[in-house]
Amino acid sequence: MTEALLLNISLVILLLPLLGFTTLILLGKKIPGSHWIETFFMFLALCLSVYVGFGKLAFFTGVSLVKEATWIQLWNIPVLGNLQIDLGIKIDNLTAIMLFVVTLISFLVHIFSLEYMKGDSRFSRYYAYLGIFTFSMLGIVLTHNILMMYIAWELVGISSYLLIGFWFEKKSASDASKKAFLVNRVGDTGMFIGIMILFTNYHTFTFDTIYAQIAQGHLPFNSPAWLTAAGIMIFMGAVGKSAQFPLHVWLPDAMEGPTPVSALIHAATMVAAGVYLIARVFVMLTADAMLTIAIVGMVTSFIAATIALTQNDIKKVLAYSTVSQLGYMVMAMGVGAYQYAFFHLVTHAFFKACLFLGSGSVIYAMHHEQDLRKMGGLRKKMPITYAAFLISTLAISGVPFTSGFLSKDGILAGTYAFASLTGHWMIPAVAFLVALMTAFYMFRLVILTFHGTPRDQERHDHAHESPFVMAMPLVVLSVLSVFFWYGLNPANPSTGWFLDKWVKTPTSIVPQGQRFDFMKSEVKETASAEKTAAGSTEAVVHSEHYMHAMHQAHYPAMGLSIILGGLGILLAFSMYQWKKIDPDKLAEKLGPIYRFSLNKWYIDELYGATFIGGALALSRLLAWFDKYVVDGLVNGAASLTRGVSKLGGLFDTYVVDGLVNFTAYLSGFIGIFFRKFQTGKVQTYVVFVIFSVIILLFIFRPFGF
Amino acid sequence: MAYFPILSFITFLPVLGMLIILCLPGTQEKLIKGLTAAVTATQVVLAGIILHSYNYSLSGVFQQNSFQFIEKFRWIEISGLSWLGTVKVDYFLGIDGISAPMVLLTALISFIATLSSWNISKSVKGFMALFLLLDTGMMGVFVSLDFFLFYVFWELMLLPMYFLIGVWGGPRKEYAAIKFFIYTLVGSVFMLLVMIGLYFSAKELLPNGTSAFTFNLLSLMDPKNYTATGILSPLNPHNLRFVAYIALFIGFAIKIPMFPFHTWLPDAHVEAPTPISVILAGVLLKMGTYGIIRISYPIFPEITRQLAWYIALFGMINIIYGALCALAQKDFKKMIAYSSVSHMGYVLLGMASLTTVGINGAIFQMFNHGTITAMLFLIVGVVYDRTHTRGLDDFGGLALKMPVYTFFVTIAFFAAIGLPSMSGFISESFVFLGSFSVDSIRIITMFSTLGILLGAGYMLWALQRVFLGKFNEKWNMLTDLTVREYLMFIPLTIVIFLLGIYPSGMLNIMNTSVNSLVDFMNKMPANFSMLGKF
Amino acid sequence: MVQVGLTHFLVISAILFSLGIFGIVTRKNAVMVLMGLELILNSANINFVAFSRYGNFGLNGQVVALFVIVLAAAEAAIALAIVLNIYKTFATVNVDEIDKLKE
Repeated sequence: MTEALLLNISLVILLLPLLGFTTLILLGKKIPGSHWIETFFMFLALCLSVYVGFGKLAFFTGVSLVKEATWIQLWNIPVLGNLQIDLGIKIDNLTAIMLFVVTLISFLVHIFSLEYMKGDSRFSRYYAYLGIFTFSMLGIVLTHNILMMYIAWELVGISSYLLIGFWFEKKSASDASKKAFLVNRVGDTGMFIGIMILFTNYHTFTFDTIYAQIAQGHLPFNSPAWLTAAGIMIFMGAVGKSAQFPLHVWLPDAMEGPTPVSALIHAATMVAAGVYLIARVFVMLTADAMLTIAIVGMVTSFIAATIALTQNDIKKVLAYSTVSQLGYMVMAMGVGAYQYAFFHLVTHAFFKACLFLGSGSVIYAMHHEQDLRKMGGLRKKMPITYAAFLISTLAISGVPFTSGFLSKDGILAGTYAFASLTGHWMIPAVAFLVALMTAFYMFRLVILTFHGTPRDQERHDHAHESPFVMAMPLVVLSVLSVFFWYGLNPANPSTGWFLDKWVKTPTSIVPQGQRFDFMKSEVKETASAEKTAAGSTEAVVHSEHYMHAMHQAHYPAMGLSIILGGLGILLAFSMYQWKKIDPDKLAEKLGPIYRFSLNKWYIDELYGATFIGGALALSRLLAWFDKYVVDGLVNGAASLTRGVSKLGGLFDTYVVDGLVNFTAYLSGFIGIFFRKFQTGKVQTYVVFVIFSVIILLFIFRPFGF
Repeated sequence: MAYFPILSFITFLPVLGMLIILCLPGTQEKLIKGLTAAVTATQVVLAGIILHSYNYSLSGVFQQNSFQFIEKFRWIEISGLSWLGTVKVDYFLGIDGISAPMVLLTALISFIATLSSWNISKSVKGFMALFLLLDTGMMGVFVSLDFFLFYVFWELMLLPMYFLIGVWGGPRKEYAAIKFFIYTLVGSVFMLLVMIGLYFSAKELLPNGTSAFTFNLLSLMDPKNYTATGILSPLNPHNLRFVAYIALFIGFAIKIPMFPFHTWLPDAHVEAPTPISVILAGVLLKMGTYGIIRISYPIFPEITRQLAWYIALFGMINIIYGALCALAQKDFKKMIAYSSVSHMGYVLLGMASLTTVGINGAIFQMFNHGTITAMLFLIVGVVYDRTHTRGLDDFGGLALKMPVYTFFVTIAFFAAIGLPSMSGFISESFVFLGSFSVDSIRIITMFSTLGILLGAGYMLWALQRVFLGKFNEKWNMLTDLTVREYLMFIPLTIVIFLLGIYPSGMLNIMNTSVNSLVDFMNKMPANFSMLGKF
Repeated sequence: MVQVGLTHFLVISAILFSLGIFGIVTRKNAVMVLMGLELILNSANINFVAFSRYGNFGLNGQVVALFVIVLAAAEAAIALAIVLNIYKTFATVNVDEIDKLKE
């Protein structure tokens, strides 16, 4: 097992889904059962990913493998010299894990869709889209440079567009897909500006080369502010893809797509790409940028959780829960809890995919009914789905012995430690509150769907457990939501192999002054000082203060989170199972707040009125301006010219030509006058002659008189 | 091969075809169409040969000896004209990395446009004859290196265009044709003035030792050739170079079309028949930006540098203004016409950066916009041929009825949005990367990125209105693409993807020349002239 | 006794001339116009003869006068013939009515 082998296999993994896509898009309709090709490719990719993951994590734990090739080269540029844009892949531990996560979930979704999408008129097209999505997602995971990241980022966006709008006959679906793409584009535009900042200064897109230059103190435009700006701008991309406030509005609408797609794209992989992006650029984030990220994540998780409390569509609840959990991860990145953020990304990918596929199974059984108010009592009818759904719900609620418990506690402890070091107590406060709400609305969902009595008897009677191909992915994913895959200690994940060996927080390369205090390098005074030269600093990930604070925060945070989670679950049971509290009355009592939450904080309406309405109004105004002012000027100039020419014509007719005619007229007039003398009688002429002679004689006086 | 006058051949082949067509009886429509297709196909082959034997390491731009496929001989010579001395005009053709992509583009788009004019039924003979004349005019503009010759070709292409719009156009064809003609002619007048001004400002050394006034573009780029008293000579302290630059720029800007000179474009596009729209958007618009890069830039480097900020500003206005106007349109073709305005803004922005990356991006964008917009207009043509309406709101759900067509539509729309793996992405990125690296226009660049967003907005909205949603039963008789339409779309699709995945194929052609241009532009001393005090 | 000199002849000649002119201009009848013409010719004759007598011209004057008389006779013959033709054409000899020149 050599580096080259692993890299080549990774390339194969990347290209397999693309091959599937090309085959299916061109020949899909001609080959019956062509979706099996794509599914087979995914299976192959999954096996290879397991192999790569195993090889990388077992034998190359500490190194990153890079393979690159020149894509575009511009020679001899004045001043700059040669400019080279590389394409390449880089496999570090993050990549290896993500490869596995993406291919596994993608494969399971392929399997799940065999049954779920059966009979659709564009079945092969659907599998083609899944292929292009998986390819783009793997591109994000594998890339070693930010341009390719952006390319894959956009491709993911477009595949998400195609899949959300898969049932494009529905107006709502095509609206949702358009909205998703446009909202994502807002983020992407910001990300592109960030990329431009980096490229302008470092003339490369490769992460490692950029970081090496920053580490040497070469800042963008020689200003730390621009470094912060670059970080925040790139984070904009994550805001879009990971549906962070204020760009979270697309994700709930994206539920218009087929449910397996929601599981794959809008729960497990694509939306987590934002967090992955932050992880990739983590080392160059300044303290200001990190604080911004933390606050955005905090706000998002809070807003989404409050909205999720009241939604009645099974997929909408899950969508808002996804947004909220993504907010968690982003917040964790912001507070420097890098490991736990990534950890949560992975665990969340499994249990949220399980939840979505579970909901897909329910929706399938209920004949495409998504309204919670028409479900209920499905536990007996669908035991496997119920069990899987319940395990995942426990995980997302942070109940001990689940994967979610481990990662969520890590995040909570991270915010707690962060607050104790920097004083931003708002962040952990909100985080704990969100933990409570999460437990509540998730159990509300479970109870309303599976417990109690059926509220729509007819649909309930026809409901039945899903077939094997749909149940199997649920089982696999729910099994992955249990703690022991990540470490043997169910209370302390940091000793498990996942965090201890595989995922390590990278060392910041930002100038010391721009870091949080707890991330600054410090003079080691103990044993290591003897090894290094006296007084020199050693790069550290986190200062001792932080480790200490983290250690201290661990158990209080865990206790608090168990209590709050339990409280939320209890509340849900008492409201929906035991009916101790009537939710309707509560809603009535909380009137405005309830409606505020039910209507998603009116954010869609706000955007509709401001940005969308504004842009459309502006466009109409400009179109009007163009038609009547700019073009009016042109036509006006034409009219003016015509006016002037008309005037010229008049001048020509009456003045120039008038003069000519006047001359003729004058001579005519004179002629008429003199005609009188032309009598035609010789006698008259003779008289004239005689008088003329006499007059001449008088004038010239030839004879001297 | 070395002495075969391939540029003359590729330029005048269409005229030859036109003469043959004029001799044929007008009833032989099939033969005439076939002949036109054969001529344009031969052009594509010739362009391929040119590309094949093109030397990537020669720069051109301002050095005659590094131009390629040069043909140069005296065209007009009148000697002994008292103070004028010898009046001479050269027949001077040659290409470098700036014009080579344009030659390719012209050949390709002409061929595609011929295919799309297959169902012209009114006076096929006249149409094809004019079409071929137009072809010669366009090709000539891109290969000529003598200002006079350039101007002749520039004007040559006007006349057929006028008739092609005015005779074969839509309901308001007369208005559109006259508007196009007069507007462009206004630009030409400006150009003519500057051309004459330049002629009397620079003298070129002749082989016989005497010197004479010159129209040679390359000689005009060399400050050594200018006389001390010429009105546009940098050596003259009271020169009018600043005014001349602006006049020339307006002449080209009308063609681009740059805001606020763009309003002829939507009218011309909407009224023109499909193949002419394709030519108009695919090639004609490029002549404006090409003219700026080929003529304005190297002849007036010092003023270009001085005014780069304004060029970028107008680029930004084009991008955003065009996109917003496109957003408001209800006519499919008009929307695409405005999207052209927006996309040409990228070219302006990239050019204004005066960096290699930016100008590479600009020229690449010219090529890509040519192919992508040609495809978009073909798309409108397909649906207009079948339904005789272009209202965006008249359709709906066409994807269900015409899946293959929708497939190509999706590709073209995504390419226009600038989706990675398609050519538009590379060029737009290069434009942005180039202009962002210049301090003075960084803010403008940031605002221009809004264009990416708005572009996606109007394109996807149009896609949704026409192709997605519930199928409008009114169009039940629609049929999917014919073989001929496949033939139009497939080459463009291939080019779009090829250049998206392997952009070096085009960038390598341009790079040496662009480097040399950028170098030339930046090395010209700032006090090259008195900077037009007027 | 008044010596008859050149002046007297010239005066008579002038009177004759004037009468002739008067006749030409005022008479309506073409024949009368011709008679006026004859008067003018004769006044000229008187002049010729008078200058011949008083001037140093020899006999030239008398000779010319004789020529004039002959010519006058010829002229009268032709003129009367013309008048006759005019009469044939226009059925009148009133010169006022014969104004074809005007057109």
